[in-house]
Amino acid sequence: MQVLDLSKTDLREVNATLQAQRADTNQTEWVIENPRGSHAVAVGLDAPISVTVKGSTGYYCAGMNKLATIHVEGSAGPGVAENMMSGTVIVEGDASQYAGATGRGGLLNIKGNASSRCGISMKGIDIVVHGSIGHMSAFMAQKGNLVVLGDAGDALGDSLYEARLFVRGTVKSLGADCIEKEMRHEHLALLAELLERTGADAKPEEFRRYGSARKLYNFNIDHADAY
Amino acid sequence: MCGIVGLFLKKEALRPRLGDMLTDMLITMTDRGPDSAGIAIYGEESGKLKITVQSDTPAADFAGLDLALGEALGAPVAMRVVDTHAVLNVPLDAEAPALAFLDKRGVRVMGVGESMEIFKEVGLPKDVAARFGIRAMGGSHGIGHTRMATESAVTTLGAHPFSTAGDQCLVHNGSLSNHNDMRRRLARKGIYTKTENDTEVGAAYISSRIAEGATLGEALEGTLKDLDGFFTFVTGTKTGFGVVRDPVACKPAVMAETDDYVAFASEYRAFADLPGIETARVWEPEPATVYFWER
Repeated sequence: MQVLDLSKTDLREVNATLQAQRADTNQTEWVIENPRGSHAVAVGLDAPISVTVKGSTGYYCAGMNKLATIHVEGSAGPGVAENMMSGTVIVEGDASQYAGATGRGGLLNIKGNASSRCGISMKGIDIVVHGSIGHMSAFMAQKGNLVVLGDAGDALGDSLYEARLFVRGTVKSLGADCIEKEMRHEHLALLAELLERTGADAKPEEFRRYGSARKLYNFNIDHADAY
Repeated sequence: MCGIVGLFLKKEALRPRLGDMLTDMLITMTDRGPDSAGIAIYGEESGKLKITVQSDTPAADFAGLDLALGEALGAPVAMRVVDTHAVLNVPLDAEAPALAFLDKRGVRVMGVGESMEIFKEVGLPKDVAARFGIRAMGGSHGIGHTRMATESAVTTLGAHPFSTAGDQCLVHNGSLSNHNDMRRRLARKGIYTKTENDTEVGAAYISSRIAEGATLGEALEGTLKDLDGFFTFVTGTKTGFGVVRDPVACKPAVMAETDDYVAFASEYRAFADLPGIETARVWEPEPATVYFWER
Protein backbone atom coordinates (compact mmCIF):
# COMPACT_ATOMS: atom_id res chain seq x y z
CA MET A 1 0.00 0.00 0.00
CA GLN A 2 1.32 3.44 -0.99
CA VAL A 3 0.64 6.42 1.27
CA LEU A 4 0.49 10.03 0.08
CA ASP A 5 0.24 12.61 2.87
CA LEU A 6 -1.27 15.94 1.78
CA SER A 7 0.15 17.63 4.89
CA LYS A 8 3.64 16.87 3.53
CA THR A 9 3.19 16.53 -0.23
CA ASP A 10 1.85 19.16 -2.61
CA LEU A 11 -1.58 18.41 -4.13
CA ARG A 12 -0.22 18.62 -7.69
CA GLU A 13 2.47 16.08 -6.84
CA VAL A 14 -0.08 13.74 -5.24
CA ASN A 15 -2.32 13.91 -8.31
CA ALA A 16 0.62 13.60 -10.73
CA THR A 17 1.82 10.48 -8.89
CA LEU A 18 -1.60 8.86 -9.17
CA GLN A 19 -2.07 9.96 -12.79
CA ALA A 20 1.31 8.43 -13.69
CA GLN A 21 0.16 4.90 -12.80
CA ARG A 22 -0.08 2.68 -15.88
CA ALA A 23 -2.76 0.07 -16.50
CA ASP A 24 -0.35 -2.72 -15.49
CA THR A 25 1.03 -1.03 -12.35
CA ASN A 26 1.85 -3.21 -9.37
CA GLN A 27 1.03 -0.33 -7.04
CA THR A 28 -2.71 -0.78 -6.98
CA GLU A 29 -3.56 0.31 -3.42
CA TRP A 30 -3.16 3.96 -2.44
CA VAL A 31 -4.08 6.03 0.60
CA ILE A 32 -4.32 9.83 0.71
CA GLU A 33 -3.96 11.20 4.24
CA ASN A 34 -4.92 14.64 5.59
CA PRO A 35 -7.15 15.84 2.73
CA ARG A 36 -8.58 18.56 5.09
CA GLY A 37 -11.17 19.63 2.54
CA SER A 38 -8.65 20.22 -0.28
CA HIS A 39 -9.93 20.82 -3.78
CA ALA A 40 -9.42 18.49 -6.75
CA VAL A 41 -8.14 15.48 -4.79
CA ALA A 42 -7.51 12.39 -6.97
CA VAL A 43 -8.70 13.90 -10.24
CA GLY A 44 -8.03 12.64 -13.75
CA LEU A 45 -7.00 9.11 -12.76
CA ASP A 46 -7.01 6.59 -15.61
CA ALA A 47 -5.64 3.35 -14.24
CA PRO A 48 -7.42 0.50 -12.40
CA ILE A 49 -6.03 1.48 -8.99
CA SER A 50 -7.77 1.86 -5.64
CA VAL A 51 -7.43 5.14 -3.72
CA THR A 52 -8.74 5.67 -0.18
CA VAL A 53 -9.06 9.30 0.95
CA LYS A 54 -8.84 9.51 4.75
CA GLY A 55 -11.19 12.40 5.48
CA SER A 56 -13.35 15.04 3.82
CA THR A 57 -12.63 16.71 0.49
CA GLY A 58 -13.49 20.05 -1.13
CA TYR A 59 -14.51 20.90 -4.67
CA TYR A 60 -14.21 18.42 -7.57
CA CYS A 61 -12.83 15.32 -5.84
CA ALA A 62 -12.42 12.35 -8.22
CA GLY A 63 -13.31 14.43 -11.27
CA MET A 64 -12.96 12.87 -14.73
CA ASN A 65 -12.26 9.49 -13.16
CA LYS A 66 -11.57 6.53 -15.49
CA LEU A 67 -11.13 2.94 -14.22
CA ALA A 68 -9.98 3.88 -10.69
CA THR A 69 -11.89 3.17 -7.48
CA ILE A 70 -11.84 6.19 -5.18
CA HIS A 71 -13.21 5.88 -1.66
CA VAL A 72 -13.73 9.10 0.31
CA GLU A 73 -14.04 8.23 3.98
CA GLY A 74 -15.54 11.63 4.89
CA SER A 75 -17.85 13.99 3.03
CA ALA A 76 -17.22 15.48 -0.41
CA GLY A 77 -17.60 19.11 -1.53
CA PRO A 78 -19.25 20.36 -4.72
CA GLY A 79 -18.79 18.47 -7.98
CA VAL A 80 -17.59 15.09 -6.71
CA ALA A 81 -16.96 12.63 -9.57
CA GLU A 82 -17.81 15.30 -12.13
CA ASN A 83 -17.65 13.98 -15.68
CA MET A 84 -16.65 10.47 -14.54
CA MET A 85 -16.00 8.12 -17.47
CA SER A 86 -15.78 4.76 -15.66
CA GLY A 87 -14.67 3.23 -12.37
CA THR A 88 -16.23 3.70 -8.95
CA VAL A 89 -16.40 6.58 -6.49
CA ILE A 90 -17.69 5.94 -2.97
CA VAL A 91 -18.47 8.74 -0.52
CA GLU A 92 -19.05 7.58 3.06
CA GLY A 93 -20.54 10.90 4.20
CA ASP A 94 -22.58 13.50 2.35
CA ALA A 95 -21.91 15.01 -1.07
CA SER A 96 -22.45 18.68 -1.81
CA GLN A 97 -24.06 20.14 -4.92
CA TYR A 98 -23.80 18.73 -8.47
CA ALA A 99 -22.44 15.33 -7.48
CA GLY A 100 -21.77 13.20 -10.56
CA ALA A 101 -22.54 16.08 -12.92
CA THR A 102 -22.15 15.23 -16.63
CA GLY A 103 -20.88 11.75 -15.73
CA ARG A 104 -20.57 9.44 -18.71
CA GLY A 105 -20.06 6.11 -16.98
CA GLY A 106 -19.00 4.30 -13.84
CA LEU A 107 -20.71 4.19 -10.47
CA LEU A 108 -21.01 6.95 -7.85
CA ASN A 109 -22.09 5.52 -4.50
CA ILE A 110 -23.00 8.18 -1.89
CA LYS A 111 -23.73 6.70 1.53
CA GLY A 112 -25.12 9.93 3.00
CA ASN A 113 -27.17 12.70 1.38
CA ALA A 114 -26.42 14.62 -1.79
CA SER A 115 -27.53 18.23 -2.05
CA SER A 116 -28.86 20.19 -5.01
CA ARG A 117 -28.30 19.36 -8.69
CA CYS A 118 -27.19 15.77 -8.09
CA GLY A 119 -26.62 14.11 -11.47
CA ILE A 120 -27.19 17.30 -13.44
CA SER A 121 -26.72 16.59 -17.15
CA MET A 122 -25.65 13.00 -16.44
CA LYS A 123 -24.80 11.10 -19.59
CA GLY A 124 -24.52 7.45 -18.66
CA ILE A 125 -23.24 7.33 -15.07
CA ASP A 126 -25.02 5.31 -12.36
CA ILE A 127 -25.54 7.24 -9.13
CA VAL A 128 -26.86 5.63 -5.94
CA VAL A 129 -27.62 7.94 -2.99
CA HIS A 130 -28.42 6.14 0.26
CA GLY A 131 -29.89 9.30 1.80
CA SER A 132 -31.85 12.14 0.16
CA ILE A 133 -31.09 14.53 -2.70
CA GLY A 134 -31.70 18.28 -3.09
CA HIS A 135 -33.54 20.38 -5.64
CA MET A 136 -33.01 20.37 -9.43
CA SER A 137 -31.43 16.93 -9.37
CA ALA A 138 -31.02 15.16 -12.73
CA PHE A 139 -31.71 18.45 -14.54
CA MET A 140 -31.30 17.75 -18.28
CA ALA A 141 -30.09 14.24 -17.47
CA GLN A 142 -29.53 12.36 -20.70
CA LYS A 143 -28.60 8.78 -19.86
CA GLY A 144 -27.78 6.56 -16.90
CA ASN A 145 -29.53 5.75 -13.64
CA LEU A 146 -30.09 7.80 -10.49
CA VAL A 147 -31.23 5.76 -7.48
CA VAL A 148 -32.29 7.55 -4.29
CA LEU A 149 -33.17 5.62 -1.14
CA GLY A 150 -34.46 8.73 0.64
CA ASP A 151 -36.42 11.72 -0.68
CA ALA A 152 -35.91 14.05 -3.64
CA GLY A 153 -36.20 17.87 -3.51
CA ASP A 154 -38.00 20.26 -5.83
CA ALA A 155 -38.03 19.97 -9.63
CA LEU A 156 -36.65 16.45 -9.96
CA GLY A 157 -35.66 15.60 -13.53
CA ASP A 158 -36.48 18.96 -15.07
CA SER A 159 -36.05 18.91 -18.88
CA LEU A 160 -35.06 15.27 -18.65
CA TYR A 161 -33.91 13.20 -21.62
CA GLU A 162 -33.49 9.43 -21.30
CA ALA A 163 -31.99 8.95 -17.83
CA ARG A 164 -33.95 6.73 -15.42
CA LEU A 165 -34.71 8.06 -11.96
CA PHE A 166 -35.69 5.78 -9.08
CA VAL A 167 -36.81 7.27 -5.76
CA ARG A 168 -37.90 5.26 -2.72
CA GLY A 169 -39.13 8.20 -0.60
CA THR A 170 -41.14 11.26 -1.48
CA VAL A 171 -40.51 13.63 -4.38
CA LYS A 172 -41.19 17.24 -3.41
CA SER A 173 -42.03 18.14 -7.00
CA LEU A 174 -41.29 16.95 -10.52
CA GLY A 175 -39.61 19.31 -12.98
CA ALA A 176 -40.91 20.20 -16.43
CA ASP A 177 -41.50 17.14 -18.64
CA CYS A 178 -40.65 14.64 -15.85
CA ILE A 179 -43.37 12.09 -15.05
CA GLU A 180 -43.80 8.95 -13.04
CA LYS A 181 -43.51 5.86 -15.20
CA GLU A 182 -44.40 2.23 -14.95
CA MET A 183 -41.84 0.04 -13.15
CA ARG A 184 -41.30 -2.88 -15.51
CA HIS A 185 -39.45 -6.12 -14.97
CA GLU A 186 -36.24 -4.86 -16.56
CA HIS A 187 -36.23 -1.86 -14.23
CA LEU A 188 -36.62 -4.05 -11.15
CA ALA A 189 -33.72 -6.19 -12.37
CA LEU A 190 -31.57 -3.11 -12.98
CA LEU A 191 -32.39 -1.72 -9.53
CA ALA A 192 -31.65 -5.05 -7.85
CA GLU A 193 -28.22 -5.09 -9.45
CA LEU A 194 -27.39 -1.46 -8.48
CA LEU A 195 -28.64 -1.95 -4.90
CA GLU A 196 -26.58 -5.11 -4.60
CA ARG A 197 -23.42 -3.45 -5.96
CA THR A 198 -23.71 -0.51 -3.58
CA GLY A 199 -24.65 -2.50 -0.48
CA ALA A 200 -27.89 -0.57 -0.21
CA ASP A 201 -30.46 -1.77 2.29
CA ALA A 202 -33.56 -1.53 0.11
CA LYS A 203 -35.77 -3.67 -2.12
CA PRO A 204 -36.43 -2.77 -5.78
CA GLU A 205 -40.21 -3.01 -5.25
CA GLU A 206 -40.07 -0.07 -2.79
CA PHE A 207 -39.06 2.42 -5.50
CA ARG A 208 -41.00 4.48 -8.03
CA ARG A 209 -39.60 5.25 -11.44
CA TYR A 210 -39.57 8.67 -13.09
CA GLY A 211 -38.61 9.56 -16.60
CA SER A 212 -39.14 11.92 -19.50
CA ALA A 213 -42.60 12.58 -20.98
CA ARG A 214 -40.62 13.47 -24.15
CA LYS A 215 -42.79 16.52 -24.79
CA LEU A 216 -39.90 18.97 -24.83
CA TYR A 217 -37.98 17.05 -27.47
CA ASN A 218 -39.54 18.92 -30.36
CA PHE A 219 -41.18 22.27 -30.79
CA ASN A 220 -44.94 21.91 -30.58
CA ILE A 221 -46.41 23.72 -33.56
CA ASP A 222 -49.71 24.23 -31.68
CA HIS A 223 -47.83 26.61 -29.37
CA ALA A 224 -46.51 28.78 -32.20
CA ASP A 225 -48.91 31.63 -31.45
CA ALA A 226 -47.63 31.80 -27.87
CA TYR A 227 -44.38 33.36 -29.09
CA MET B 1 -16.87 34.30 -5.04
CA CYS B 2 -16.33 35.29 -1.41
CA GLY B 3 -15.53 33.40 1.76
CA ILE B 4 -17.55 33.42 4.94
CA VAL B 5 -16.65 32.01 8.34
CA GLY B 6 -18.63 32.12 11.56
CA LEU B 7 -18.20 30.69 15.02
CA PHE B 8 -20.68 30.62 17.89
CA LEU B 9 -19.20 29.25 21.10
CA LYS B 10 -21.37 27.19 23.42
CA LYS B 11 -18.49 26.43 25.81
CA GLU B 12 -17.42 29.41 27.93
CA ALA B 13 -13.87 28.12 28.32
CA LEU B 14 -13.28 28.55 24.58
CA ARG B 15 -14.10 32.29 24.61
CA PRO B 16 -10.51 33.54 24.99
CA ARG B 17 -9.67 31.51 21.85
CA LEU B 18 -12.43 32.92 19.61
CA GLY B 19 -10.20 35.32 17.69
CA ASP B 20 -7.50 32.70 17.25
CA MET B 21 -9.93 30.11 15.87
CA LEU B 22 -11.68 32.62 13.60
CA THR B 23 -8.37 33.90 12.23
CA ASP B 24 -7.33 30.41 11.12
CA MET B 25 -10.71 29.89 9.49
CA LEU B 26 -10.52 33.28 7.77
CA ILE B 27 -7.03 32.74 6.36
CA THR B 28 -8.10 29.36 4.93
CA MET B 29 -10.73 31.23 2.89
CA THR B 30 -8.13 33.56 1.30
CA ASP B 31 -8.42 32.15 -2.22
CA ARG B 32 -12.19 32.74 -2.14
CA GLY B 33 -11.59 36.43 -1.40
CA PRO B 34 -8.14 38.02 -1.52
CA ASP B 35 -9.34 41.64 -2.02
CA SER B 36 -10.30 42.56 1.52
CA ALA B 37 -11.27 40.97 4.79
CA GLY B 38 -13.24 41.83 7.86
CA ILE B 39 -14.46 40.46 11.12
CA ALA B 40 -17.25 41.27 13.57
CA ILE B 41 -16.46 40.05 17.04
CA TYR B 42 -18.92 39.93 19.93
CA GLY B 43 -17.01 40.38 23.18
CA GLU B 44 -17.84 41.22 26.77
CA GLU B 45 -20.41 43.92 27.45
CA SER B 46 -18.99 46.67 29.63
CA GLY B 47 -22.08 48.76 30.24
CA LYS B 48 -20.87 51.20 27.59
CA LEU B 49 -21.63 51.59 23.91
CA LYS B 50 -18.74 50.60 21.65
CA ILE B 51 -18.37 52.64 18.49
CA THR B 52 -15.82 51.26 16.03
CA VAL B 53 -14.46 53.99 13.74
CA GLN B 54 -11.99 53.93 10.86
CA SER B 55 -9.71 56.46 9.23
CA ASP B 56 -7.21 56.36 6.37
CA THR B 57 -5.09 58.83 8.40
CA PRO B 58 -5.47 57.40 11.91
CA ALA B 59 -2.52 59.24 13.48
CA ALA B 60 -4.06 62.60 12.70
CA ASP B 61 -7.74 61.72 13.09
CA PHE B 62 -7.51 59.69 16.31
CA ALA B 63 -5.18 62.10 18.17
CA GLY B 64 -7.26 63.60 20.95
CA LEU B 65 -10.48 62.13 19.54
CA ASP B 66 -11.42 60.58 22.89
CA LEU B 67 -10.97 63.86 24.77
CA ALA B 68 -12.85 65.92 22.19
CA LEU B 69 -15.74 63.42 22.08
CA GLY B 70 -15.79 63.25 25.88
CA GLU B 71 -16.00 67.00 26.07
CA ALA B 72 -18.84 67.11 23.55
CA LEU B 73 -20.78 64.42 25.43
CA GLY B 74 -19.96 65.70 28.89
CA ALA B 75 -18.76 62.25 29.95
CA PRO B 76 -15.40 60.46 29.86
CA VAL B 77 -14.74 58.42 26.69
CA ALA B 78 -12.24 55.57 26.57
CA MET B 79 -10.53 54.86 23.24
CA ARG B 80 -8.57 51.83 22.01
CA VAL B 81 -6.70 52.48 18.78
CA VAL B 82 -6.17 49.38 16.63
CA ASP B 83 -4.28 50.23 13.44
CA THR B 84 -6.71 52.15 11.17
CA HIS B 85 -9.59 51.51 13.56
CA ALA B 86 -10.44 52.78 17.02
CA VAL B 87 -13.05 51.57 19.48
CA LEU B 88 -14.66 54.36 21.48
CA ASN B 89 -16.57 53.57 24.68
CA VAL B 90 -19.35 56.08 25.28
CA PRO B 91 -22.35 56.11 27.63
CA LEU B 92 -25.22 53.90 26.43
CA ASP B 93 -27.58 56.85 25.99
CA ALA B 94 -25.07 58.93 23.99
CA GLU B 95 -25.33 57.16 20.61
CA ALA B 96 -27.00 59.96 18.63
CA PRO B 97 -24.78 62.87 19.80
CA ALA B 98 -21.66 60.69 19.52
CA LEU B 99 -22.45 59.69 15.92
CA ALA B 100 -23.24 63.28 14.99
CA PHE B 101 -19.91 64.40 16.46
CA LEU B 102 -17.96 61.65 14.65
CA ASP B 103 -19.66 62.47 11.36
CA LYS B 104 -18.57 66.08 11.74
CA ARG B 105 -15.00 64.98 12.47
CA GLY B 106 -14.97 62.97 9.25
CA VAL B 107 -14.16 59.53 10.71
CA ARG B 108 -16.04 56.58 9.32
CA VAL B 109 -18.26 54.57 11.67
CA MET B 110 -17.89 50.83 11.05
CA GLY B 111 -20.37 49.69 13.66
CA VAL B 112 -22.03 50.41 16.97
CA GLY B 113 -22.99 48.00 19.71
CA GLU B 114 -22.86 46.96 23.32
CA SER B 115 -20.73 43.93 22.47
CA MET B 116 -19.90 44.10 18.73
CA GLU B 117 -16.66 45.48 17.30
CA ILE B 118 -15.97 45.49 13.54
CA PHE B 119 -12.57 45.51 11.87
CA LYS B 120 -12.23 45.47 8.10
CA GLU B 121 -9.67 46.58 5.56
CA VAL B 122 -8.42 46.07 2.04
CA GLY B 123 -5.69 43.42 1.75
CA LEU B 124 -5.05 39.72 2.22
CA PRO B 125 -6.95 38.15 5.12
CA LYS B 126 -3.72 37.19 6.92
CA ASP B 127 -2.46 40.77 6.76
CA VAL B 128 -5.78 42.25 7.82
CA ALA B 129 -6.03 39.82 10.77
CA ALA B 130 -2.45 40.63 11.82
CA ARG B 131 -2.94 44.41 11.60
CA PHE B 132 -5.89 44.26 13.96
CA GLY B 133 -4.50 41.54 16.25
CA ILE B 134 -7.68 39.50 15.76
CA ARG B 135 -5.98 36.39 17.20
CA ALA B 136 -5.79 37.93 20.66
CA MET B 137 -9.48 38.89 20.76
CA GLY B 138 -11.89 36.87 22.86
CA GLY B 139 -15.66 36.74 22.69
CA SER B 140 -18.78 34.63 22.49
CA HIS B 141 -19.24 34.63 18.72
CA GLY B 142 -17.89 36.22 15.58
CA ILE B 143 -18.31 36.41 11.82
CA GLY B 144 -15.59 36.89 9.22
CA HIS B 145 -15.55 37.54 5.49
CA THR B 146 -12.99 37.42 2.70
CA ARG B 147 -14.08 39.43 -0.32
CA MET B 148 -13.74 38.96 -4.06
CA ALA B 149 -15.47 42.12 -5.19
CA THR B 150 -18.21 42.04 -7.82
CA GLU B 151 -20.83 44.70 -7.11
CA SER B 152 -18.76 47.65 -5.87
CA ALA B 153 -15.18 48.88 -5.57
CA VAL B 154 -12.44 47.33 -3.43
CA THR B 155 -12.43 49.82 -0.57
CA THR B 156 -12.55 49.66 3.21
CA LEU B 157 -16.20 50.67 3.18
CA GLY B 158 -16.96 48.04 0.54
CA ALA B 159 -15.53 45.28 2.75
CA HIS B 160 -17.78 43.12 4.90
CA PRO B 161 -19.22 42.85 7.55
CA PHE B 162 -21.79 45.60 7.13
CA SER B 163 -23.49 46.95 10.21
CA THR B 164 -26.66 48.99 9.84
CA ALA B 165 -27.97 48.85 13.43
CA GLY B 166 -26.62 48.34 16.92
CA ASP B 167 -24.94 44.95 17.40
CA GLN B 168 -26.24 43.75 14.01
CA CYS B 169 -24.00 42.81 11.13
CA LEU B 170 -24.22 40.95 7.84
CA VAL B 171 -21.77 39.16 5.58
CA HIS B 172 -22.71 37.91 2.13
CA ASN B 173 -21.50 35.56 -0.57
CA GLY B 174 -23.27 36.29 -3.83
CA SER B 175 -24.72 39.31 -5.57
CA LEU B 176 -28.09 41.01 -5.25
CA SER B 177 -29.77 42.10 -8.46
CA ASN B 178 -32.49 44.37 -7.02
CA HIS B 179 -30.30 46.34 -4.61
CA ASN B 180 -30.79 49.68 -6.36
CA ASP B 181 -34.56 49.33 -6.22
CA MET B 182 -34.42 48.20 -2.58
CA ARG B 183 -32.05 51.08 -1.74
CA ARG B 184 -34.64 53.54 -3.06
CA ARG B 185 -37.45 51.80 -1.19
CA LEU B 186 -35.46 51.97 2.05
CA ALA B 187 -34.61 55.62 1.43
CA ARG B 188 -38.32 56.40 1.19
CA LYS B 189 -38.61 55.04 4.74
CA GLY B 190 -35.73 57.29 5.82
CA ILE B 191 -33.09 54.54 5.85
CA TYR B 192 -29.97 55.59 4.00
CA THR B 193 -26.98 53.45 3.06
CA LYS B 194 -23.43 54.78 2.93
CA THR B 195 -22.06 52.90 -0.08
CA GLU B 196 -22.98 51.59 -3.53
CA ASN B 197 -22.61 48.07 -2.20
CA ASP B 198 -25.38 45.47 -2.58
CA THR B 199 -24.70 43.76 0.74
CA GLU B 200 -25.14 46.96 2.68
CA VAL B 201 -28.65 47.14 1.24
CA GLY B 202 -29.28 43.57 2.45
CA ALA B 203 -28.07 44.56 5.92
CA ALA B 204 -30.21 47.70 5.93
CA TYR B 205 -33.24 45.68 4.80
CA ILE B 206 -32.81 43.22 7.70
CA SER B 207 -32.25 46.07 10.21
CA SER B 208 -35.33 47.94 8.96
CA ARG B 209 -37.51 44.85 9.34
CA ILE B 210 -36.25 44.33 12.88
CA ALA B 211 -36.83 48.01 13.67
CA GLU B 212 -40.42 47.55 12.44
CA GLY B 213 -40.91 44.75 14.95
CA ALA B 214 -39.90 41.60 13.08
CA THR B 215 -37.81 38.97 14.81
CA LEU B 216 -34.44 38.20 13.25
CA GLY B 217 -35.93 34.96 11.94
CA GLU B 218 -38.79 36.84 10.27
CA ALA B 219 -36.39 39.41 8.82
CA LEU B 220 -34.26 36.63 7.34
CA GLU B 221 -37.41 34.94 5.95
CA GLY B 222 -38.19 38.30 4.36
CA THR B 223 -34.93 38.31 2.41
CA LEU B 224 -36.24 35.28 0.48
CA LYS B 225 -39.24 37.25 -0.71
CA ASP B 226 -37.89 40.79 -1.04
CA LEU B 227 -34.29 40.35 -2.19
CA ASP B 228 -33.49 39.03 -5.64
CA GLY B 229 -30.19 37.48 -6.60
CA PHE B 230 -27.70 35.03 -5.19
CA PHE B 231 -26.98 34.99 -1.52
CA THR B 232 -25.66 33.03 1.34
CA PHE B 233 -26.13 35.42 4.27
CA VAL B 234 -24.68 35.09 7.74
CA THR B 235 -25.93 37.68 10.18
CA GLY B 236 -24.79 38.41 13.72
CA THR B 237 -26.65 39.90 16.66
CA LYS B 238 -25.71 40.48 20.28
CA THR B 239 -27.02 37.05 21.25
CA GLY B 240 -26.30 34.84 18.27
CA PHE B 241 -26.06 34.32 14.57
CA GLY B 242 -28.34 33.33 11.72
CA VAL B 243 -27.87 31.78 8.28
CA VAL B 244 -30.04 31.87 5.17
CA ARG B 245 -29.40 30.86 1.54
CA ASP B 246 -31.43 31.87 -1.50
CA PRO B 247 -33.70 29.17 -3.00
CA VAL B 248 -31.27 28.33 -5.83
CA ALA B 249 -28.43 27.95 -3.31
CA CYS B 250 -25.51 27.91 -5.71
CA LYS B 251 -23.29 29.75 -3.20
CA PRO B 252 -21.69 27.13 -0.98
CA ALA B 253 -22.29 26.74 2.73
CA VAL B 254 -21.39 24.13 5.30
CA MET B 255 -22.01 23.97 9.02
CA ALA B 256 -20.55 21.99 11.90
CA GLU B 257 -21.84 21.53 15.42
CA THR B 258 -20.36 19.95 18.53
CA ASP B 259 -21.20 20.34 22.23
CA ASP B 260 -18.70 23.23 22.25
CA TYR B 261 -19.58 25.32 19.18
CA VAL B 262 -21.59 25.92 16.02
CA ALA B 263 -19.42 26.83 13.03
CA PHE B 264 -20.26 28.14 9.57
CA ALA B 265 -17.98 28.27 6.51
CA SER B 266 -18.14 28.53 2.75
CA GLU B 267 -16.06 25.37 2.57
CA TYR B 268 -15.23 22.46 4.82
CA ARG B 269 -11.50 23.22 4.75
CA ALA B 270 -12.10 26.19 7.07
CA PHE B 271 -13.15 23.65 9.72
CA ALA B 272 -10.09 21.39 9.42
CA ASP B 273 -8.37 22.76 12.55
CA LEU B 274 -11.43 23.12 14.80
CA PRO B 275 -11.28 20.98 17.94
CA GLY B 276 -13.33 17.78 17.67
CA ILE B 277 -14.24 18.35 14.01
CA GLU B 278 -13.64 14.63 13.29
CA THR B 279 -16.73 13.75 15.32
CA ALA B 280 -18.76 16.95 14.73
CA ARG B 281 -22.14 16.89 13.00
CA VAL B 282 -21.35 18.44 9.62
CA TRP B 283 -24.14 19.38 7.21
CA GLU B 284 -25.09 21.68 4.41
CA PRO B 285 -27.80 24.25 5.25
CA GLU B 286 -30.92 23.75 3.12
CA PRO B 287 -31.87 26.39 0.56
CA ALA B 288 -34.53 28.96 1.53
CA THR B 289 -34.36 27.83 5.15
CA VAL B 290 -33.52 30.09 8.09
CA TYR B 291 -31.13 28.76 10.72
CA PHE B 292 -30.50 30.58 13.94
CA TRP B 293 -28.51 30.04 17.12
CA GLU B 294 -28.97 32.17 20.20
CA ARG B 295 -27.69 32.03 23.71
